[in-house]
Amino acid sequence: MSLLTLDKLSVTFGNFRAVDQISYSVEAGEVLGIVGESGSGKSVSSLSVMGLIDHPGKVKAAQLTFMGQDLLAMGEKQRRKITGSDIAMIFQDPMTSLNPCYTVGYQIIEALKTHQGGNKKQLQQRAIELLTLVGIPAPETRMSAYPHQLSGGMSQRVMIAIAIACNPKLLIADEPTTALDVTIQAQIIDLLINLQQQKQMGLVLITHDLALVAEVAHRVIVMYAGQIVESGPAAEVFSTPKHPYTQALLASLPESAAGKSRLMALPGVVPGQFDRPSGCLLSPRCPYATERCHEEVPPAQGPLTRQVKCHTPLDMNGSPIK
Amino acid sequence: MIGFILRRLLQAVLVMLTISFASFVIQGKLGDPVTQMVGQNVTLAERAQLTESLGLNDPLLQQYARYLSDALSGDLGVSYYHKQATLAVIGDRLPATLELSFCALLIVLLTATPLGVFAAIRPRHILSRLIVIVSTLGLSVPIFVVAMFLVYFFAVEWQWLPSFGRGETHLLFGFWSSGLVTKDGLQHLLLPSVSLAFVLAPIFVRLIRAQMLEELDSDYVRYAWSKGIPAHRVYFVHALKNTMLPVITVGGIQVGTLIAYTILTETIFQWPGMGLLFMEAVSRVDAPLISAYLIVVGLIFVLINTLVDLIYLWVNPRVRIPGYGQ
Repeated sequence: MSLLTLDKLSVTFGNFRAVDQISYSVEAGEVLGIVGESGSGKSVSSLSVMGLIDHPGKVKAAQLTFMGQDLLAMGEKQRRKITGSDIAMIFQDPMTSLNPCYTVGYQIIEALKTHQGGNKKQLQQRAIELLTLVGIPAPETRMSAYPHQLSGGMSQRVMIAIAIACNPKLLIADEPTTALDVTIQAQIIDLLINLQQQKQMGLVLITHDLALVAEVAHRVIVMYAGQIVESGPAAEVFSTPKHPYTQALLASLPESAAGKSRLMALPGVVPGQFDRPSGCLLSPRCPYATERCHEEVPPAQGPLTRQVKCHTPLDMNGSPIK
Repeated sequence: MIGFILRRLLQAVLVMLTISFASFVIQGKLGDPVTQMVGQNVTLAERAQLTESLGLNDPLLQQYARYLSDALSGDLGVSYYHKQATLAVIGDRLPATLELSFCALLIVLLTATPLGVFAAIRPRHILSRLIVIVSTLGLSVPIFVVAMFLVYFFAVEWQWLPSFGRGETHLLFGFWSSGLVTKDGLQHLLLPSVSLAFVLAPIFVRLIRAQMLEELDSDYVRYAWSKGIPAHRVYFVHALKNTMLPVITVGGIQVGTLIAYTILTETIFQWPGMGLLFMEAVSRVDAPLISAYLIVVGLIFVLINTLVDLIYLWVNPRVRIPGYGQ
């Protein structure tokens, strides 16, 4: 059984579909990368897994299950037992995600107490262990530090400590390194991957960093305008992308423009609420778009392990199959 | 930390100096003190002598220095009308005003906090909309209208509560005449403190609601939800504490407004407090009493604001920066 299964999950805000019928699953011990530019629905889809979509957002799905339990059917209280313990999440901005009014120790112990209980001394001890585990020096003194006294990298470590406090089976990391220095980024990713392997967690890694995904993820999902446009094993998707959007994403990396005078960029932006095209959502920006692309919504094709949502998927050489 | 407190106290002293100068100028220049004291039927020579003996011919700064040193030793002059030391006159009336303000503030806190928090947590609830509408209305209705309505219904039509005065009071600790300890005193306190609270509560309801809405939208609240902790902890432990920080600050300033409004409230309800005393002093051009009132109210204001800053220091860890102010 998969750890997490999403089937045709949509998140709508009024008429706007921030996430449009996406399906994927995560296995235990697997690292799943989700990439896509801003506004493609990466964060919103994972927030919906956590049950954190606020009014007026609405979550609908044919299936949203965690270890066989239907997350949408269960009551709020029961779901809250799962979130924070079995499924945990790390957010993008560590400096604002910790409550400025409470100490680091308080915020770790709060999570432990809610889901596991125990007496004061045990909790204290466990919190110090967690801080040690995420590589915070002098954890005893850090326990009484306030978030404003920590650096960004340190805050992110604290957030990771809180996330893994209750030994989650699934960890969702929403751009965990975006707000950090490049040198710190590598440390945090190393820490996350180490913990993931130690505890055999499922890890959903949402990021802009394609190189990172290529390096650490087993499978990757490419999202565009709320839809999954391509999915498959990370190495394969990046070496031979089948969707023009994936190709464009890879081509827009500074590394791939080495020796050229200009960086390749896809013209235009992700369609918003009022300018969604009728056919393929990428069609206005796609260099290979045909008449059919503008009129007909492409279905997802290919085997379940390697899907692409395109009328004219690319071949091994990166040119469209007519 | 100690440096911060010292600096804050120094500021308080500076503010008090400014206030004392203002009230000194009022005392000396509001009408002619000599005429106030002796009336019309005194010869010019006697007037000149009195002016000289009162030191009114001295340079202004010298007079101010004398005023200040008198003030520091607890002498703020003698009231023209009451023929008593102004501080003693005010001291007699102080408990009435402080009890009234305290009760009003208590009512404000006990009503505004739950209402504001509820309106933020359930923004689409019909009650929340009602709270917003009523608090907007409350902001725009002047206190004398509220007070008159309260008096009309509760005192005149239904005759449940007395409409003026303080009722029966008891002397506590030998100097504090309190209306809080007798049933009659409490009944008298109810209408004035409710109408005073009516003016302040809407400001706090709106402030708490707006601030709480903002906090509920913040990253750390979303993160708190993701930890799976119970809803009441997210609301009351995580969001409320951050909500209260600006509320404490504004609250300190509003206490000044509260004292200002006691003047109106006390006049309407004939409440024998400082506000009413001040109104009487103004109508009698009792300059020493007016200036003493300014000093006392200024002192209360400064004390409360200093206290608020210290509370803020205690509540908000971000202000307690290690090494700061040392």
